[in-house]
Amino acid sequence: MPPLTRRRIVTTLLGLAMAMSATAALAQKKYDTGASDTEIKIGNIVPYSGPASAYGVVGKAMGAVFKKVNDEGGINGRKINFISYDDAYSPPKAVEQARKLIESDEVLLLFGTLGTPSNTAIQKYVNGKKVPQLFVATGATKWNDPKTFPWTMGWLPSYQSESRIYAKYLTKEKPATRIAVLYQNDDMGKDYLKGLKDGLAKEASRVVGEESYEVSEPTIDSHVVRIKSSNPDVVVFFTTPKFGAQAIKKLGEMNWKPVTIISNVSASTATVMRPAGLENSQGVISAAYAKDASDPQWEGDAGIKAFDALLAKYLPEVNRVDSSAMTGYNMATTMVEVLKRCGDSLTRENVMKQAASLKQFPQGGLLPGVTISTGPDDFQPIEQLQLMQFKDGRWQLFGDVISGELAH
Amino acid sequence: MSAAAEDTVTEAPAVEAVPKRAMTLGTGTSLVILAALLVTPVFVKNFVVFQMTMVMIYGIAVLALNILTGGSGQFSLGQSAFYALGAYTSAVLMENFNVNYALTLPIAGLVSFGAGYLFGKPALRLSGIYLALATFALAVAMPQLLKLHFLEQWTGGVQGLTVMKPDAPFGLPIGQDKWLYYFTLVIALAIYIGSVNLLRSRSGRAFMSIRDNEIAASAMGVDVAQYKTLAFGVSAAITGIAGGLSAIVVAFVAPDSYTINLAIALFLGMVVGGVGWLPGSFVGAAFIIFVPNIAESISKGLSGAVFGVLLFLVIFLVPHGARQVAIVAQQMLGNLRKN
Repeated sequence: MPPLTRRRIVTTLLGLAMAMSATAALAQKKYDTGASDTEIKIGNIVPYSGPASAYGVVGKAMGAVFKKVNDEGGINGRKINFISYDDAYSPPKAVEQARKLIESDEVLLLFGTLGTPSNTAIQKYVNGKKVPQLFVATGATKWNDPKTFPWTMGWLPSYQSESRIYAKYLTKEKPATRIAVLYQNDDMGKDYLKGLKDGLAKEASRVVGEESYEVSEPTIDSHVVRIKSSNPDVVVFFTTPKFGAQAIKKLGEMNWKPVTIISNVSASTATVMRPAGLENSQGVISAAYAKDASDPQWEGDAGIKAFDALLAKYLPEVNRVDSSAMTGYNMATTMVEVLKRCGDSLTRENVMKQAASLKQFPQGGLLPGVTISTGPDDFQPIEQLQLMQFKDGRWQLFGDVISGELAH
Repeated sequence: MSAAAEDTVTEAPAVEAVPKRAMTLGTGTSLVILAALLVTPVFVKNFVVFQMTMVMIYGIAVLALNILTGGSGQFSLGQSAFYALGAYTSAVLMENFNVNYALTLPIAGLVSFGAGYLFGKPALRLSGIYLALATFALAVAMPQLLKLHFLEQWTGGVQGLTVMKPDAPFGLPIGQDKWLYYFTLVIALAIYIGSVNLLRSRSGRAFMSIRDNEIAASAMGVDVAQYKTLAFGVSAAITGIAGGLSAIVVAFVAPDSYTINLAIALFLGMVVGGVGWLPGSFVGAAFIIFVPNIAESISKGLSGAVFGVLLFLVIFLVPHGARQVAIVAQQMLGNLRKN
């Protein structure tokens, strides 16, 4: 996309020139590095290449949202200059790119940086520089720690929130059942397991079987067989997509039909449910927070229409069914809202203040009832999900939107 | 006898053995470059200083590979494993045992030396592409080994370890980045000079004789097995030090930082810099750091393909890498002087 790059350079140069001429800034308008009368610079890091390059769509979708905002006149008259770099999912590269964004491109803030390892690598540095690291694209629970890292904020519902919702469901709808858990032996799997046990609280002893697998194992069939030995009524799979498909398929092969719950990470119809076999997937339960563009129930929905219109105009090469596009779209929408609320006071401190005072803000791409709420002690914007069950080849939502917040 | 036969003898370049001078830069050039390296940080942004530090660190790792491949003629695609070992040694010592960062580097070097030496023993039976494959396996296994459950209390598992970045000592009035730059520069310089001397020494000649002809070397009394494992050990030790430095400068280690991609990048850096030409290691390091950025600025979606095209151009136009460019430049300078 050479013309785009050239345009970006031109806008950057223009922005610089304007920034220099406007050094005698007016008193009411407050700016930190990266913001001016005409421009707001936002930095982003996403793996466009490397092992996790499928997530590159997240960055592209974000870019499309900002382009649309700019075409419509920008935010409070300021254009967004979205600078997105590739880290190939490598933490040292992420550090280099973060430093480039903050010290060389001089962005106002970092937004939507993707991946738990990459964000961990830059977190200390970014907080040391007092630059907002907003809405990181990872589900780990540790981003909600405003005391230690006052400049870092998550966005996705954390793995723990999600599994607490399963715990609520199991307590209410499936009382006194025996539960077995199969989880991936990494921070994701352990986060999920912890959430489930926290949510079950006194009933944690109902978890009769815990089995973990390594991501390097070619197949997890033997683990599925092993959890059956604890004779559970409910099996919970905290897996990544490939293993999710294997586990559901194995259940079918064993002709075993327990209540089955699978993490949202592995709830993709295209990459998990269908490969596992529609027959085997029938009845599996999971949870969602965003609208699934492939779900026919959203046909004619205003939020999905806006999403489709954006993709059609700015990102025709991206498949609308790709859930990463929806994630990027939703995150950028929140970012735009925060910047709108900042008004003319575009300081880093004010950005954090506004980001931490969103109250039940709904978005078109989120499920009805799922809203974004933050506070000075709550740096976790989305904590609600809705349960869904796989029936007749697609996910069908059921029950109310449930909050995964810990009961304080 | 016929004069023709004698002519062919004189014309043919004897053996591709690297003459001492062709291995390094001239003294004058070296001093100019050193002076430039000393002065530059004063004038540029901290971010650029950080990038230059990274170039030196990767440069040290490429140089280590250069000793192994350019010196003793053994291939390795497993350098990322030794790099990871060094990085983790430094990080674990600093974070869990509160060892001073500078002291962790020799330990990282020793640990890596041990690993390299031990790995070199069985690898002796292999040569050429088979050795490359064995080391490849090492590189693939390393990230998973670092995630092992029982190591997690030290390594931090998948999450990795965050390391405190050291400040300049004795209250020197320079920032962390500049301090680490000069710190790295001193180490890089020491390793560079040490390596040049190593290759010029008796051991270095033994390495090169093994590279050029193993049978001839052993006939001359070179203990082939000993020197091959030694080359592996030395190369691993230097790579480990580079890894340790990277842990200090990046202030973070995670298993996913040290995948096979890193090993390939180092290999690439060596080829681009010129196999067997030590200063080229740093040029190669600059290539593997900056060219992906250039590729990305040309096209985000096709950055990999653009990088491939750029790499192809380099290999096609200057097959001997930076070394070839340097030789041509030197000849042109020589011509200018004569005129």
